[in-house]
Amino acid sequence: MPLSSPDVPADSLVDIDNVTFSYDRRTILKGISLTIPKGKVVAIMGGSGCGKTTLLRLIGGQIKPSKGEVRVAGRVVHELDSDGLYHLRRKMGMLFQFGALFTDMSVFDNVAFQMREHTELPESMIRDLVLMKLNAVGLRGAAKLMPSELSGGMARRVALARAIALDPVLMLYDEPFAGLDPISLGVIGKLIRDLNDALGATSIMVTHSVQESLRIVDYVYFVSDGKIVAEGTPAEITASAEPYVHQFVDGLPDGPVPFQYPAKPYTDELMGVRRA
Amino acid sequence: MLDWLEKRVRRLGEPVVNTMEKLGFGFRFLMAVLWHSGTSFRRPGLVIREVFFTGVLSLVIILVSGLFVGMVLGLQGYDTLVRFGASEALGVLVSLSLLRELGPVVAGLLFASRAGSAITAEIGMMKATEQLAAMEMMAVNPVARVVAPRFWAGVLSMPILAALFSAMGILGGYVVGVMLIGVDAGTFWSQMQAQVDLFNDVGNGLVKSVVFGVAVSIIAVFEGFDAPPTAEGVSGATTRTVVTSSLVILGLDFILTAFMFRGI
Repeated sequence: MPLSSPDVPADSLVDIDNVTFSYDRRTILKGISLTIPKGKVVAIMGGSGCGKTTLLRLIGGQIKPSKGEVRVAGRVVHELDSDGLYHLRRKMGMLFQFGALFTDMSVFDNVAFQMREHTELPESMIRDLVLMKLNAVGLRGAAKLMPSELSGGMARRVALARAIALDPVLMLYDEPFAGLDPISLGVIGKLIRDLNDALGATSIMVTHSVQESLRIVDYVYFVSDGKIVAEGTPAEITASAEPYVHQFVDGLPDGPVPFQYPAKPYTDELMGVRRA
Repeated sequence: MLDWLEKRVRRLGEPVVNTMEKLGFGFRFLMAVLWHSGTSFRRPGLVIREVFFTGVLSLVIILVSGLFVGMVLGLQGYDTLVRFGASEALGVLVSLSLLRELGPVVAGLLFASRAGSAITAEIGMMKATEQLAAMEMMAVNPVARVVAPRFWAGVLSMPILAALFSAMGILGGYVVGVMLIGVDAGTFWSQMQAQVDLFNDVGNGLVKSVVFGVAVSIIAVFEGFDAPPTAEGVSGATTRTVVTSSLVILGLDFILTAFMFRGI
């Protein structure tokens, strides 16, 4: 299945159209709409639990929307049968928050996994390809190590090499910067940008690491309470007067997102006053 | 009053509905494992690797337990038989007890504790660390790639382990009966040769061990796959594998023995 379709606008790879999603009775996404242009690195930002990762899972077809449509390359993801979905996923790469490396396989075998599963390539060619992918993330020398022998940053880079194993058209990143030291943070950020440009791919990054993301992305969507509350280029976001964006970018403890979890008045609680 | 009654009825019905739901899901899961078993047969290397982890690594506990069970049978059996002047039947008693009952049942219980719990914990941890989700996103079906090879490895390993358990048990009975107590070696083996039937004794034991292998393996992979992706979830699933497998083995053993009983 070619990843282009006559009904897709030439410049858009992913379209999220009025999507609502609920877990049991809790509504996570409330009629959200956004477009991811081809060839760009787009960040979806927002506080913890605002529905960012849910959006990523909807794009990957791991869950289905309660309402609305997610289209990838013009195909409605939740209408695909399992063969269609697997076909689509072969064109996607996903970096999970903590890497999700296969712990019973070496670094080499992790990166070779998709090649062995989906292609008939001879082992000699797989070896060359794996070493090329590992070289791209600077870990060719770690090919024989096991995941348990890697630092957090290295594991994330191996997972990145594994995600780009089959040269995906669409890359999905779930909190790629979470829990990394400043050097690893810079390395991962640079790799995301460079690999996107080198592969001619499109990248969607779900994150709450503001400064690191604004340095490498082309466009940002801010999600709060299941809705898009702001969007723009990094320059527009930095200059934004929108209170939520201001609070988020500057890391202010109080604002549209309150510091206090909803509770009854403090004095009432301390004085032991009971509500009727 | 009506509320009180409704609460009681709900409390009674909820576990029944939950159990039925889980049984239904378990059956559908078994069907899915069978449906996606093609990969395991096309790439036997996947199953062989799991046979090593489930079967070969269980050998020590199976062989040592088999030896001791056989030695105890030798002692207890001699003690009883000698009262009736039938101590020459010791070989028959040891071998029939092991081949028909103790081999499949005790090996099954040990297999559930050693290999079943390991399979559940491994799959549960893979789920908790998003390895199964990562596989899904790489367009590789985890049921075909992770679950089915482990299931078939369990099904293959269990009868072999049960056979080895019985063989070691017979050896243990020989050591105690012949070498320590002094029962005649020729009588021990010839009585066994004459009385043990390949189809009715060895065959029925084999059928039991295959059935137990299927039961333990499907319970282990199901509990792992169904485990909540947390530390408590995986630990609970591992416990459930051992408890459920043990009860199922004992229940199935009675049913199978009833079917195989010839009344003579």
